[in-house]
Amino acid sequence: MLSIYINGAGCISPQETAAGGPMLANLREYEQVKLATVDPDYKQWIDVKQIRRMSRVVKMGVGAANLSLQAAGIAMPDAIVTGTAYGCLDDTGVFLTKMVNQQEEMLTPTAFIQSTHNTVGGQIALLLGCNAYNNTFVHRGFSFENALLDTIMMLREGSAQQILVGGLDELTPHSYQILSRFGLYKKEPVKTMELLNSPTCGTIAGEGAAFFTLGVQPGTNTAAELTGISTLYKPMWEGEVIGHIMKFLEDNNYTPNDIDLLVTGRNGDIGQDEIYEEVVEALFPEHPEASFKHLCGEYPTAVGFGMWLANGILADQAVPEAAMFYGQAPRRIKKILLYNHHQGTHHSLVLLSHVE
Amino acid sequence: MSEKVWIAGGGVISGIGMNLRESLQAFREMRPGMGAMKYLSSMHRNTFPVAEVKADNDMLADMAGLPENISRTALLSLIAAREAWQSSGLGDISRYRVGLVSGNTVGGMDKTEDFFAEYLADNRKGRLQQVMHHECGSITEIVADAMGIRHHVSTISTACSSGANALMYGYRLIRNNIVDVVIAGGTDALTRFTLNGFNTLMILDQQPCRPFDETRTGLNLGEGAGYVVLVSDSLAAQLQPWCRLSGFANANDAYHQTASSPDGTGNYLAMKGALDMSGLQPQQIGYINLHGTGTGNNDVSEGIAINRIFAPHFPAMSSTKSFTGHTLGASGGIEAVLSAVAVKEGIIYPNARFEHQMKELPFAPATTWSEGNDLRHVMSNSFGFGGNCSSLVFSSF
Repeated sequence: MLSIYINGAGCISPQETAAGGPMLANLREYEQVKLATVDPDYKQWIDVKQIRRMSRVVKMGVGAANLSLQAAGIAMPDAIVTGTAYGCLDDTGVFLTKMVNQQEEMLTPTAFIQSTHNTVGGQIALLLGCNAYNNTFVHRGFSFENALLDTIMMLREGSAQQILVGGLDELTPHSYQILSRFGLYKKEPVKTMELLNSPTCGTIAGEGAAFFTLGVQPGTNTAAELTGISTLYKPMWEGEVIGHIMKFLEDNNYTPNDIDLLVTGRNGDIGQDEIYEEVVEALFPEHPEASFKHLCGEYPTAVGFGMWLANGILADQAVPEAAMFYGQAPRRIKKILLYNHHQGTHHSLVLLSHVE
Repeated sequence: MSEKVWIAGGGVISGIGMNLRESLQAFREMRPGMGAMKYLSSMHRNTFPVAEVKADNDMLADMAGLPENISRTALLSLIAAREAWQSSGLGDISRYRVGLVSGNTVGGMDKTEDFFAEYLADNRKGRLQQVMHHECGSITEIVADAMGIRHHVSTISTACSSGANALMYGYRLIRNNIVDVVIAGGTDALTRFTLNGFNTLMILDQQPCRPFDETRTGLNLGEGAGYVVLVSDSLAAQLQPWCRLSGFANANDAYHQTASSPDGTGNYLAMKGALDMSGLQPQQIGYINLHGTGTGNNDVSEGIAINRIFAPHFPAMSSTKSFTGHTLGASGGIEAVLSAVAVKEGIIYPNARFEHQMKELPFAPATTWSEGNDLRHVMSNSFGFGGNCSSLVFSSF
């Protein structure tokens, strides 16, 4: 089967991921229940006049997309595929609030225009002048995974050589307030570096954008091959997850022993992290494990941050200390399995292999 | 790997009918679905005609077998998706690897906008049940769960081309052997959010819309859902498929967030790409189901792009939005069903209220219903905000 390479990656997150340099060199530690992105200087990619009109999610998407294209050394992708569960929440909230408060009178179009879920993909195309395939997946904890699968299928059928694909979500005061009422988050602030050992329910809210330039030929800086991806919707019980992971590895001709490093989506919610314990115990009892949601917070496309981290680990052949959860990474890291779930209902697997 | 992907059935609910049979009858009898707003509560009730599905939520919930407090978007979706499945003759759904790929633009916004009134007064207030299904993906999952679909569920939101892009992704899922069957299309219910949004853009007509007419002044919003059932070669061999999805393309206009480029670049690239994929010459297309919203901007851009590709041999064309209104995320799905059944039955749909030739164009839409035409290939266009342009081609063999 045709190999697919990560030729460039860009990430804007609550860490200084847009700055370049060694991964997580200046760790941002927080003691709060919601994390916001550390914003780069968007003027390097976007005209100042436009920046003022753009919501944060659009800016972080355009920024991460540009970082990824720059890293891959390409100016124009053959397709743009975006995954976002919530879309443009801020502009949606602005328009909705005015509509309610002003009883449907005297409304202006800007927020409505920018509220559609494909605004980010559309703005990237507009700024690049890219007339190619453009799609946006909005399926909760599978938004980014569907975007990746669409990308992989198109690369394999040969209709594109280089595809820009990303996942992103923003947190707004309204979304934080409403999601808090659903009981998703910790009641008390928690230190990020202690989150994953927290004995209570709830996690911390996060946001961010991660984009990748995937191609069928490796570039000069390519460190990782995207070997496979799989999703599992609403498993009945833990055994089904374990069976699904085994089958996924088999389909790629691997056993658990071939995996050098596990990267998991633990989020510090004692109820939600239990399945990671079950999977580790059943399949990877002695494996070193890294995690990432204490660094970026929980959101439906956080797995994009996880893939950015895993790609960086393969490039550096080292795991940043802040990301290590259990054990020690081996000297040579060849294969990484990224296992994430969102709210227990959306489970996904991404398999990355080192490119020498 | 399945070489071809077939349409094994379809279902539709819209302002002109609760199912496909009723919808076709409405076209036959020239009964467009727009009228005064009855079910949506809005300040603009008496200003803008809309094409509402002619049932309240209680009745739709009854038809769908879901609680009546569920988003109308999900109720419409389940009713049409079930009709599509039943029409395919596939039988017990648990026998297959099935995917549901559904497009929508605002998810459970119809409930969120009710929630927001109380919530804005006090952010500890408002019933959480009303925002539980706000996310677009949540609407798809209500339907997947009700139908027993677990192998693949996904949701696409590319504004007014969402439903069409769902068919493309479904096609790829089958070709890549990820599933055997995909129910693909889209759904959207009318909401105050979209009605007011389109009103701020000043593209809503206060009269019934007139697509491709020189005097057109805007669109009418509609609501509904439409799904086709896509199947692989091996399943198609056991069924009587309607036609096959022979080509498609998705392109971006990259011109403006909401407006189409004057020369219809994205529209042209989508139609051209779809023809190329299906291996057809323009003159082989027998009918085009136009995007045809009725706005000044859309119809001229779409028309110019059609002229560039098809001149001088123009196929029959019409905008079925002159009956259903613009159903946004559902439109690509509804029009895919209408286009697929057009191939099967040789139907050319009428374009209602066309009277005045557009001065920019050398062709005019069809104005009367006809069936039994020899239609081998039908094209369906869906263009949207964000520059998203998609075209699909359905073929009889």
